[in-house]
Amino acid sequence: MSPVAGEISSYLGRRARWSPLEIAFWLFAFATIWLFPGKHLILTETAILALFALSLDLILGYAGIISLGQAAFFGLAGYFSGSVAKYGLINEPVLALIASGLVAAALGFITSFLVLRGSDLTRLMVTLGVALMLGEIANRFSNITGGADGLQGVNIGPILGLFRFDIFGHTGYIYSLIVLFICFLIARRIVYSPFGLSLRALKGNPLRAAAIGIPVNRRLVAIYTVSAGMAGMAGALLTQTTAFCSLDVLSLERSADLLLVLIIGGTGYLYGGLIGAVIYKFLQDWIASLTPQYWQFWIGFVLVAIVLVGRERVEEWTAAMRAWIVGRGARLIARPVRLRASSEQR
Amino acid sequence: MLTILFDGVAYGMLLFVLACGLSVTLGLMNFINLAHGAFAMAGGYCTVVLVNWLHLPFALGLALAFLLTAALGALLERTLYVQVYRRSHLDQVLFSIGLVFMSVAAVDYLMGSSQQFVVIPEALQGQFIVFGVGMSKYRLLIILICGLLTVGLQLIVAKTRFGSRLRAAVDDQRVARGLGINVGAVFALTFAFGSGLAGLGGALGAEILGLDPSFPLKYMIYFLIVVTVGGTSSITGPFIASILLGVADVAGKYYVPKLGAFVIYAFMILVLIWRPQGLFARTTSR
Amino acid sequence: MPVLETIRLEKRFGGLIATNGVSMTIDKGARHALIGPNGAGKTTLINLLTGVLRPTAGSIILDGRNITALPPHQRVRRGMARTFQINQLFLDLTPLETIGLAVSERLGLGSDWWRLVGTRNEVTREIADTVERFRLADVMHKRTATLPYGKQRLLEIALAFACQPHLLLLDEPAAGVPEAERQELLATIAALPANVTVLLIEHDMDLVFSFADRISVLVNGGLFVEGKPEEVARDERVKAVYLGEELDA
Repeated sequence: MSPVAGEISSYLGRRARWSPLEIAFWLFAFATIWLFPGKHLILTETAILALFALSLDLILGYAGIISLGQAAFFGLAGYFSGSVAKYGLINEPVLALIASGLVAAALGFITSFLVLRGSDLTRLMVTLGVALMLGEIANRFSNITGGADGLQGVNIGPILGLFRFDIFGHTGYIYSLIVLFICFLIARRIVYSPFGLSLRALKGNPLRAAAIGIPVNRRLVAIYTVSAGMAGMAGALLTQTTAFCSLDVLSLERSADLLLVLIIGGTGYLYGGLIGAVIYKFLQDWIASLTPQYWQFWIGFVLVAIVLVGRERVEEWTAAMRAWIVGRGARLIARPVRLRASSEQR
Repeated sequence: MLTILFDGVAYGMLLFVLACGLSVTLGLMNFINLAHGAFAMAGGYCTVVLVNWLHLPFALGLALAFLLTAALGALLERTLYVQVYRRSHLDQVLFSIGLVFMSVAAVDYLMGSSQQFVVIPEALQGQFIVFGVGMSKYRLLIILICGLLTVGLQLIVAKTRFGSRLRAAVDDQRVARGLGINVGAVFALTFAFGSGLAGLGGALGAEILGLDPSFPLKYMIYFLIVVTVGGTSSITGPFIASILLGVADVAGKYYVPKLGAFVIYAFMILVLIWRPQGLFARTTSR
Repeated sequence: MPVLETIRLEKRFGGLIATNGVSMTIDKGARHALIGPNGAGKTTLINLLTGVLRPTAGSIILDGRNITALPPHQRVRRGMARTFQINQLFLDLTPLETIGLAVSERLGLGSDWWRLVGTRNEVTREIADTVERFRLADVMHKRTATLPYGKQRLLEIALAFACQPHLLLLDEPAAGVPEAERQELLATIAALPANVTVLLIEHDMDLVFSFADRISVLVNGGLFVEGKPEEVARDERVKAVYLGEELDA
């Protein structure tokens, strides 16, 4: 192999390796099970929001599809998982979770063709329209969905027949965290694969992507479907961990909050949704303790403020903060490693 | 059945007055203003305060709704919107959704969350029976006012100098500026006028559409459908789209009550599949 | 069998005829140049050949098969690739990622979402070959947006080349390239393998006459003159068209 080929090979080999900071992140995430035993309920909500945001990051950050309608998949799967539990169709939660994800993915597949055509404006309209439409349907068919009161009488069976859900949310949190982690692993593989690379290409320049042989539409349909499935799993998790599902899972507020989460956390590097979800939940908890009723006003205010300040500037700040944290963190972790290496013979 | 047609046309014309400001803003500034419904809500609540509490005559209440909302529109346009014109569509959407959330929460705080009704003068209550068809007097007034507005708008756009400046600016902003047209003033005036119309529509429509703090969220999709289907390059496009939508919605809710509103969403999606630029849009080179 | 054949290819935009019944043939291994004054419809023709535009009439035959109805990405799979007059690159990717992408796609690995990029040796070797051939090795880890124009232009051609086409359409490859970087570019084009057929659009007559073995002249969307470089150079009508003189009957 020529030296250039060798260098390319080793670079590509290193590219997808887990950085120490990533490992530290997940170790800490799982450690929260034992570190914050009293906070499992809100941590579950955070994990679900993180998964939801991850699903949007895949299409927004990597494929460049602007969507105001992720709530459609979230809500559809939420109601589906609740209904199959309520009517005794699928009693085991993991099975119901996968089934709900597949249902949401199916909706994603069907509606993906609408999203392919037209401009950003059309995409916004179509995704918004689909979500609002589902909300209207859920409202109308209140005999099935429970309407404004929500889906009642949902009983979730024990996970794998072994682990019962408890009122403190311990089982729920561990369950949600594991599902989040598995979905994250899948998303990570996708992003570092040739498929993921082609997504980044067609986001930047769809004309050239087609001109080098990439079937642009097929790739978009594929990632949109996967994203819908993940959003669906997040919705199903919410229903399963709270034993309840109501109309707000399909609301515009949910889709808008999600965009806000990604703006806070940053798009296009997979951890944006996770970090954004944590910060968002923290903010929400804090502001809700100050003015519980008018949370919506402050969300609106933050959105307006971010746009006026400039999303790029906000992204620059968060990216700079990230870089600073990564730099500090890497030095902290690298120091013990270097100490060890220097004491060995090279 | 004719009553349904009548009601549908009234509803459609109301939608047109509400939505045409959005259509022109989108066509003119290429700006997606999802907060348009908030101006309608403002007009509605304005009239409630003026007519119900201050006991001003209904006609005056309507006129003031238009003027006050137009003033509000002009203020917001010059201070906030103007900073967001050059941004991406996603930014504009986030911005206007933010405004919607703020306005909904603010109105909820100030006026409470229950539905409000405007006191309609005696003369407008009840129906005429014409050829065996029941026509509500109020809806007749709506058709009259909105019809006059539509004709007036079309005349302004087609025959006046302002109208030709507006059309030039919509067609090609840069060239219009190069011709010496004060595009900023055109924007401000148009935005104010469009918001004023929305306010008037909100005031007129309080009786039919229902007025509560969630109005902008409930009706946002309707306005978007009018604009999507009707296009943004004419007055007639959104007009025809609104009438179609109004009739379809009323007929749908009457004949197939379970799926009522579902009909118009399906309609919008079908139109977008067939013509992503809308039914009436010119093929612009944008 | 010619590599490419167009049969009375026509493109109208409303009343404007951009491509007027163009029938041309390109033989295997040819170095074919397409020249003509500005607005003659050269880029439109390339867009028609690659599928970016649909013709209003006529057909396109590639390797004996009719490809007129095929979408762009499938024409690439049949062995036709192009470069753009104004660079169309993936600004956020590095040259390494860009070429790696084209190679993966060509080898049918593009839809693989599980395996990581670069785990196959033949992919790595091919990326290295292409990067070295187009003198991009020193910048291959830099974001494309940060590269100097000449390097970007090289990447533009390298990207099309990485698709391993047997018909390569180059749309004004030397356009906008500063004098200092021109030599590198021209040398690279001259060094393209003999089994790759090249259709070149250019204004730079030095490049055209040193490179081409056949020249077509396009005027107002129609084929005006076609022949060997010496013939076209001597043709009075061609000079007239370029200099705007009155044509003799």
